[in-house]
Amino acid sequence: MELFDNLALGFGVAFTFQNLLYAFIGCLLGTLIGVLPGVGPVATIAMLLPATYALPPIAALIMLAGIYYGAQYGGSTTAILVNLPGEASSVVTMIDGYQMARKGRAGPALAAAGLGSFFAGCVGTLILAAFAAPLTEVAFKFGPAEYFSLMVLGLIGAVVLASGSLIKAVGMIVLGLLMGLIGTDVNSGVARFSFDIPELTDGVGFIVIAMGVFGYGEIISNLSKPEEEREVFTAKVTGLLPTAQDFKNMAPAVLRGTALGSALGILPGGGALLAAFAAYTIEKKTKLAPGEVPFGQGNIRGVAAPESANNAASQTSFIPLLTLGIPPNAVMALMVGAMTIHNIQPGPQVMTSNPELFWGLIASMWIGNAMLIILNLPLIGIWIKLLSVPYRWLFPAIVLFCAIGVYSTNNNTFDIWMVALFGVIGYGFIKLGMEPAPLLLGFILGPMMEENLRRAMLLSRGDWSVFVTRPLSASLLAVAVLLLIIVALPSIKSKRQEAFVEE
Amino acid sequence: MNIKSQKDFFAGLFYTVTGAAFAYGATSYNVGTGARMGPGYFPLLLGILLAIIGAFVMFKSLTVETQDGDKIGSWAWKPLLFIIAGNVLFGILLGGLPRFGVPAMGLIVAIFGTTLVVSLAGDVFKLKEVLILATILSIGSYGAFVKLLNLQFPVWPTFITG
Repeated sequence: MELFDNLALGFGVAFTFQNLLYAFIGCLLGTLIGVLPGVGPVATIAMLLPATYALPPIAALIMLAGIYYGAQYGGSTTAILVNLPGEASSVVTMIDGYQMARKGRAGPALAAAGLGSFFAGCVGTLILAAFAAPLTEVAFKFGPAEYFSLMVLGLIGAVVLASGSLIKAVGMIVLGLLMGLIGTDVNSGVARFSFDIPELTDGVGFIVIAMGVFGYGEIISNLSKPEEEREVFTAKVTGLLPTAQDFKNMAPAVLRGTALGSALGILPGGGALLAAFAAYTIEKKTKLAPGEVPFGQGNIRGVAAPESANNAASQTSFIPLLTLGIPPNAVMALMVGAMTIHNIQPGPQVMTSNPELFWGLIASMWIGNAMLIILNLPLIGIWIKLLSVPYRWLFPAIVLFCAIGVYSTNNNTFDIWMVALFGVIGYGFIKLGMEPAPLLLGFILGPMMEENLRRAMLLSRGDWSVFVTRPLSASLLAVAVLLLIIVALPSIKSKRQEAFVEE
Repeated sequence: MNIKSQKDFFAGLFYTVTGAAFAYGATSYNVGTGARMGPGYFPLLLGILLAIIGAFVMFKSLTVETQDGDKIGSWAWKPLLFIIAGNVLFGILLGGLPRFGVPAMGLIVAIFGTTLVVSLAGDVFKLKEVLILATILSIGSYGAFVKLLNLQFPVWPTFITG
């Protein structure tokens, strides 16, 4: 079995003391920052990325994967205990999770989220390992025209699966693509849109955009809201383990959530958010067992299903990134940036040219998931303490870490001026109801798209029909158009809005 | 004419202006032809596309009714000002401004300055608390970033270390 050989290779790489340590540190730091209310995985990864600069590539990626899982789990903890979503996909976890916490069952809720995520993570890792090799084969058949069409599909998918106004999100993508073009053009050597500023000829750093828009923009927006009453359940967390009845109720929900999440995660656009919403909706539609708590009042299935779906999707969303080199969502876009810093160009060639890294990363994902269980269940008390730290102490620290992180990327104060600019822009985006995630995705894909468009058009001697005459490219574009049409249909449009306004 | 969605109107306006600016800027580079694209080709295309999307969003904001006019609401000037100012101050204190003769004060001074200014963005400001916070952050950052991760920072003011 090739699959097991590969996994064995991966575990061989990941199971060194050093790498296990980095996975552990990553999970710990990720949870630590992710638990903070209002700090999502994107901001967490951006903030902690500088910590990995000095590491060898494999260790750095392993640590980043750990940070990612930690941040996500931390977000769920905050959702359950404080009723504040750390990120969009834990919004549904909040509904029943917080109610459980109010009834003194925070322990079982956190355990359900943890165990469900772990199971989903295991399945997701297996799927990832099984699909990676065949998909890579397909990827090698891709020419520039196919890549271009695939990126179009990926970008469209990302906005279709997101919430909010479709046309505004498409606008954000195009804006992101344009911003990605700032800097020296690789083909002609012309510095574009750099206003004769030497630092801009290298382009705008993606960390600068991520921190400015996701970090500062969010903080400013949080501070402008009146301080809500935050109820933290410090004393009531007793008895971690769910009861036997809880397990019985939870198991099918976890299975359904995992299946749904694994499928939706592969889609371009990486549907962690959609998966969580859909999983919750499905659970709500199933019949309640006799004596079960209704949904919205602390049903354990309402925590287990979306958390499993969310984690399975975040696992399988690595598939398009690792096999095709195309990030399906903002978090993966950050991972691309991180890989580039370590001189790895993500894509099909990674698996053949660097199998240790590829399979090591996959194995470390599983380790990261296991680590979370080991780490979080005993440490829940500490996270709770952290949650009772007032926001007025947290936000100066967050701003400071952003500033330090930005500076350490290039050891240049120019990046600090840029992040200030993007902080203002990011706050403007929030005020105008413009979603920043598609912007980051477009920003990463901009140069890649231009390059592939150029090559495709050069090969076709300037004939645009190349994108529709090559069957693979044509079908990818057709799916993209279909997605747009389906979402634009009035009946679906109202359903879509409904799906994202749960309670 | 009434603006039905204030948020969308200004979002659209932003897209159109930005798109037009990028497209205009792109014309100063060699645009080339489809088969041999110059550096201006793709940005020109995208700029025009963004401007059209913006126009469409604006058009919608003037015609499609919304429940409450989708108002932007008041801007949070205080947090905006202090967060951004704190960030800029960090840069100035850390690296100095050689062009204006401002010396680099190093990481520790920068952390104190930034924490002080940024804290002003919140509703409550207690100087003692902020100073304790800044001390903790200084020690923590020095330990984590300088000692543990070995990142290169000017730690102390240049006129002390020379």
